[in-house]
Formats: sequence, C-alpha cells, structure tokens
Amino acid sequence: MFKRIPFALAVLALVAGCSSGVDLDKVPVEDKNGAPLSTGGANAGNAGQSGVQGVDLSQSAIDKAGPQGVGRVVYFDYDSYVIKPEAQSLIEAHARFIKAGAARKAVIEGHTDERGGREYNLALGQRRAEAVRRALGLLGVSDNQIEAVSFGEEKPAVQGYGEDAYSKNRRAEISYR
Amino acid sequence: MTQLPIAIAAFRDETQSPQKISAIVQADLERSGQFRGIDTGGVRLDEAARPDVALWRQKGADSLVSGSVVRLADGRYDVRFRLWDVVRGQDLGGQSYVVVQADLRLVAHRIADYVYEKLTGERGVFSTRIAYVTKAGNRFSLWVADSDGENAQAALSSPESIISPAWSPSGGQLAYVSFESRKPVVYVHDVATGRRRLVANFKGSNSAPAWSPDGRTLAITLSRDGNSQLYTMDANGGEPRRLTQSSGIDTEPAFSPDGKHVYFVSDRGGAPQIYKVPSSGGSAERVTFNGSYNISPAISPDGRWLAYISRAGGAFKLQVMELATGNVTAITDSSADERPSFAPNSRLIVYATQQQGREALMTTTLDGKIKARLAGQGGDIREPDWGPYQFQ
Repeated sequence: MFKRIPFALAVLALVAGCSSGVDLDKVPVEDKNGAPLSTGGANAGNAGQSGVQGVDLSQSAIDKAGPQGVGRVVYFDYDSYVIKPEAQSLIEAHARFIKAGAARKAVIEGHTDERGGREYNLALGQRRAEAVRRALGLLGVSDNQIEAVSFGEEKPAVQGYGEDAYSKNRRAEISYR
Repeated sequence: MTQLPIAIAAFRDETQSPQKISAIVQADLERSGQFRGIDTGGVRLDEAARPDVALWRQKGADSLVSGSVVRLADGRYDVRFRLWDVVRGQDLGGQSYVVVQADLRLVAHRIADYVYEKLTGERGVFSTRIAYVTKAGNRFSLWVADSDGENAQAALSSPESIISPAWSPSGGQLAYVSFESRKPVVYVHDVATGRRRLVANFKGSNSAPAWSPDGRTLAITLSRDGNSQLYTMDANGGEPRRLTQSSGIDTEPAFSPDGKHVYFVSDRGGAPQIYKVPSSGGSAERVTFNGSYNISPAISPDGRWLAYISRAGGAFKLQVMELATGNVTAITDSSADERPSFAPNSRLIVYATQQQGREALMTTTLDGKIKARLAGQGGDIREPDWGPYQFQ
C-alpha cells in the first residue's frame, strides 16, 4: 500500500499536465451486459410504466463474430468452383455454428482473380459462393440463414499479378452480419 | 480503306475561346477512321470568306472547314462554320450556334457530325456521350463524358465498386451494378437529375442490366434461384420473369436491335460461349464456336456485327463477327480487352484494355485499322458504354 502512493501521485501529475483535464466524476459508467432492471420475481409481467425490456447485445456480437478459431475462407482453383476436400472441416464448423442459433445469419461472398470479364467473374464468384451455400445446406443449415452473393473480381484479398496473388483471390468468404 | 483528306482551318478568334473548336473537329473526324487531316499551315479562315480552292487542292485537300468564334455581350458564344468541296469549288453549307461556354465542346462535336454526314452520307456520333467508371485510390466514380472521353461529369461516386453501366435507349438514364450495400444490386439512374431507383435487390447477386430497344424492359442476371440466370423485368421495377433455364452460368444479356433476341454468355456447354434466345423465352442457340472462352457480347445497332471478348493463350482479345457469315476477325494486339460497346452508327467500338499497366479506353474502327485512346479522368478507367444519338 505504502509503495503505491508515489505511483498515484505520478498519474495525478500527468493528468494535471494535460491542457484539458478529465473530471473523474463525469466519466460515464458503461453497463455492457444491459441487464433488464425489472428482474423476475413478483414484478415480472407487471412492470408498469417504468419497465424496461433489456436487449443483450453480447449475444448478437457472438452471432456476428462467427465460430471461434475457425477460418472463414475457402479457396478455389482457376476457373473452378469445386470445393476441395481440405475445406470440408471448415465448412462443417460453420454449419455447426449457424445451426446453434436461429438468429445467426451468414453471407457467403464469392470472389475471383482479376483475369477475364467483370460480369462473367461475378457469375463465377457466385458459383463459388453457391457451392459453399449448398455444402452448408447439405449439413442441415436452413436456407433462411444463408445468402450467397458475389463480388466477382471487385474485392481482391491481395493486390498484384501472378499466381501467388491470384490463388489468394479465388475464394469464398463466410461472413456474419 | 480510303480516307477523305480534309483541311480544318483555325477558326477566326478561336484563340480567345476556352475551347479550340477546329482541333476538336479534326480529332473527331480522324478518330472515325474515315478522314485524314491536312496541314493547314496555320491559315485562319472564317465562314464568310470564299477560299482559294486551287491553293487547298495543292495542299491535297478534298474539302475544307472554315469558321469563327465570337463572344457575345451576354457572355455566350456564337460559333459559325462553313464546309467547302474544294474539288468542285462548291459550298456545302454551314451553321451558326449560340451557346453558353459549357456547350462549346458540344458545338465542335456537332460541327464534326455535320461534316461527317455531308461527306460520308451517314450520321456522325461525335455529339453522343459515353459512360465509364474510374477507380482512383479507393474511390469509384461513374462518369458521363463526350464521345472523345473529355468533358467528363461524375454521375455517381462511391467507396465501393460500380460496374456494367448501360444507357437507356433514350439516353436519359443509366442502369448499373453497385456494390454499395455489400452485394451487387441494380440501379436505374436519371442522369440529368441524379435521382436513382433500386430496381433489383433480390436475394443473392443482381447484375448485368441490359435495356430492350423500346426502353420498357430490362434483362438482368439474378442468382435468387441458385446460379446466375437471365430474367426480364419491367424497367420501372417489379417481378422478374425467368428467361433462361440452365444448371450453370447464364449472364451478360444483350438485346438484338429488333428486340426479338437476347444474346448472352453461358457455360452450359462446359465453357463460356455466346448464345442467343428469343426474348420471349424458348430454346437457346449457340453463336460462338471458336475457342473455349467467349464473353461480353455486344450487337451493333444495325444488327450486322457481334463484338465480344475471346480468351486465347491467356490473352483476352476483342473479336468482331459478321453475323450473316459467321466470319470472325481479331482487331487488337492488346491482351486484356474488356466490354466492347458499339457507337450508334455501328462504325466504331469503344472497349476497355490495359496500356502500360493502366486500365484505358480505346475506340477502334470495325476493321481494327484506326484506334484512338480516349482521354479521361486520372486513375484506372474501365466499363465503357456508348450512348445513343441525342435529340438536338
């Protein structure tokens, strides 16, 4: 306890040195859990005018974060929309995640490399996204929870020419919204 | 190909105008491939003077344009010109235009149209407009420019990509694909007012809008039933009707000028090829047979030609097919050509390509002999669409 005093003084000195100090009394307190004020018991269903319906954003944040520790990109060969065997476990992990919450919505975004026409690439990216959507459907994911869209060649993951860049751009990304 | 030798004399007092009218007229006529500019030796000649035809014959000219630019008291400009046949010593007529400064380039294009029509018998396209897209940094812009790429005005600016602009047959609206809502959706945009309508935002991707010749119907590509397929819908929006049925990709619709057919790209045979289908639906007929990747069909307004992009040996090249015979000619020596679009007189094609590592727009005659790089905004320039004739 004795040793912490000089440290606290130093902090105060720093704050005092700032041109616009922070009034600690006015620092807002956040309640990140957003727990409802009327909690169960005799008051439940009888909240009156002061009742508050709590919204828990932490669940929504989990839904939007997607499965933890799982990749979200499926790569494809040139001119191909065939899902390679090594992508299967990734797709299975996303299927489990989506099925675990009815509010979870995934968008599968198909992409191509820059070679070829923009509209044909849009359609090719769509085919890649559809391939992933169908794979998720076969694993029992509801069609209402997934949408397959395409960005064609418009949003490359990597800029540049050559197979190294191209192979990273031929992909479908699973994102949660 | 014979090119008509023409002398465009410097217009009297055009140095005091913000636009050098004679230079714009000459560049227009030369870009068409049908004219060759003759060195005038700096001669200034206005529309009132009768030229010394023997002198112009000596210089090698068959015809001559003279004119003047006068700034009026109210700030507008009076631009006048006269066209001479110096072989016969004949006055081929002239015109006067009183316009605001912003329309001086338009006047120059109108003069070029007049000369072109008098001397070739066909309507000129210089006063038409071209739409294109640029990418500069992370900014995408949709531009409406003169047919030479100059005088560009931004119709839309976005942090996300814009592709596939398509002029309505009246020239008042552009349909295009925007990615602003994190997926491709189709808008119809009124160019004069900037008002735009979201016409296709169905589940999945919405893309490749094409207008029917009467302007009432849009053909579009939707993926709402799985893979990309063609649909037609009212240009004002509404319920799409499915036009094609395949298990693969059908996209890039383009109406024939009579409105009876829709040309499109399909990989139903295993690789992308161009097909056509009756616009009321029915069975599709294959149109391209050479090579294993043929995309981006454009039909000339006179119905004679099909321009498209073909991949061969890793290069993407503009091709022109004469529809009556099926004869195909490759007309470029570049290797990243994209998205051809015909001028309304069917004599020129604008297309995107790469030059020195940058995306650029070019025009070419159908035989590939005369090409010109279009001016444009800085950055990469792409996705051209040549607009229709404008009412005067």
